[in-house]
Amino acid sequence: MSVTTAGPRASSATTAAPRVSIRLHSKLHYRLQRYAVEAACMLLGFAIVIWSLTPIYNMWLIALSKHGDIFGGELWPSSPSLESFRVVIYEDFWYLAHFWHQFGNSFYVGLMVMFLTLLIGSLASFTVGRMRLRNGWMLTNAALMTYVIPASFLAIPFYRIMQIYGLGNHLASVILALTTFATPYAIFIFSQYGKSIPMELDESARIDGANPLQIYLRIYLPLMAPALVAVGTYALLLAWNEYLYNFLLLSTPESMTVAVALAQFLNSDESPWNFMMATAIIYALPPIILYYGFRRYMAAGLTMGGVKG
Amino acid sequence: MSSTQQAIGFGRPLADSRTWRPHWYGGIRGSERSWAIAFLVPYVAVFLGFVVYPVGYGIWLGSEPELYVQLFEDPRYLTTVLNTLLLVGVGVNLKMFLAFLLSGFFIQPGRWIKALLVLYMLPWALPALPAYLSLHWMLIGYGGFLNSALETLFGIDGPIWFNSYWLAIGANILAYIWKWMPFWTLVFLAGRMAIPEEIYEAAAVDGATGLRRFTFVTFPLLANLYLISTLLSTLWTVGDFTAAYFVSSGAPALQTEMLATFGFRVAFDNGYPRLGVASVMTALPLLIPLAILLMRRVQATEVQL
Repeated sequence: MSVTTAGPRASSATTAAPRVSIRLHSKLHYRLQRYAVEAACMLLGFAIVIWSLTPIYNMWLIALSKHGDIFGGELWPSSPSLESFRVVIYEDFWYLAHFWHQFGNSFYVGLMVMFLTLLIGSLASFTVGRMRLRNGWMLTNAALMTYVIPASFLAIPFYRIMQIYGLGNHLASVILALTTFATPYAIFIFSQYGKSIPMELDESARIDGANPLQIYLRIYLPLMAPALVAVGTYALLLAWNEYLYNFLLLSTPESMTVAVALAQFLNSDESPWNFMMATAIIYALPPIILYYGFRRYMAAGLTMGGVKG
Repeated sequence: MSSTQQAIGFGRPLADSRTWRPHWYGGIRGSERSWAIAFLVPYVAVFLGFVVYPVGYGIWLGSEPELYVQLFEDPRYLTTVLNTLLLVGVGVNLKMFLAFLLSGFFIQPGRWIKALLVLYMLPWALPALPAYLSLHWMLIGYGGFLNSALETLFGIDGPIWFNSYWLAIGANILAYIWKWMPFWTLVFLAGRMAIPEEIYEAAAVDGATGLRRFTFVTFPLLANLYLISTLLSTLWTVGDFTAAYFVSSGAPALQTEMLATFGFRVAFDNGYPRLGVASVMTALPLLIPLAILLMRRVQATEVQL
């Protein structure tokens, strides 16, 4: 679109051409320049590795150290041991007494948020986008409005409202709260992606006597599969990343998710930080596996949501 | 506006179907109508029960003018506003700018760059809580990893990061950048990949190479994406809770709180929910114009594309 505007402006830059040709004449100069660029890239790559991995290395360092060694100024564990992982896995510490139960809670919350977001989001965008609903755009705009409200700003009202609904200290409260914040994104992505599915498919199915539910199940959902995977991954990661609502709405060890259990270590200054980091590493594994498994779809989702907009 | 409504509300322009449908068609009839209502019930229920109700309740909680008088007399609140503006102004913009530059690095061909990208995405794939806990422990006290590394590798005696206001807030901002820069790099990378190669070839014929190629071709094409991403990121960051809560935890002496953590502490630790809501509500004058601007941008470009 703006190529036409860039064209003439760029062509005014043709004065640079002789300089380029001179450079090409001296092969050595050219080669040196290429090596310099390569070296700069390598250096940048090295800096990126250090930047990205240092905090992650720190997690391993603490998890593998003994409790007394943690702040001893070591850069690698002098006597690395998997003891803290053993403690977490066998629930051998009182903060971790319900670890696997809480891990299950986290999974349950994540999967339910994913399922409900996909269900509610796809039904709503199917109705708005495919059923020619009058004033359907209002619903999409309402969804966009919610999308821009920071979730943490609604934490206080949510805390009260969940008690009014009788959902205090119940996993359903977190699931519903997170679904609320994930659905607008789902509707946004689905309505963008749905435009690429030809309407004629719906029309012909309708002529063959299919009702909207059949069209939704047999035509819409299968064709939306890439968007469903992208949004499902997003919802699961959102639930896994969330701390504030988990902490506010869940209070007993049986109903907690791992995020809340993890932050419990901070209640005391003398907590075994190596156990905490081992818990953190185990907690971080599922989303990392999920992310690298569904990387391609995630990129597709980002392109839809980000680039189209 | 009506073209916008069509673009958002309908899968395809209505004109297609009007050729063989009566002109009053537009709503839906009979059993279709009941299906549509049944399909919309879940979303409308969630929207009413968990968006309209809490927002209305929040506005009611924070509707007393005295609360705002009380708030503006609190010096800690003013520091909090300043911190939030700092995170949004410096953190978001620095992050977006670096992400944009790095997307140019990652779009280069080469196997090792692809491998590096996978590694670079790790902070984003890592859940926020473990990531920030690790960053907190990296900086804390004398024996944190960063200070040990400085000592061992360079012989420098590192500062106590959370004892100084500027170092602590800087740590929050850097932690925030560390966590979210990969995501936006990926967005810009996708944007760069969507630019067809022919455009670059045509520009190269006209003499646009190197820096000129960037300023006259790449940047104009991605400017809109950059703007929308920055707006969206700003809206999300104003409400950021986890970074400030876990990295500096308000240290030193609750000076580095953000609006979200301040509201939370006032409401739940001090037991004054109305004041907490009020403090969060003061972000609305910033949020609403940004949200309107964002929506206009999104809709305008949708019609254009």
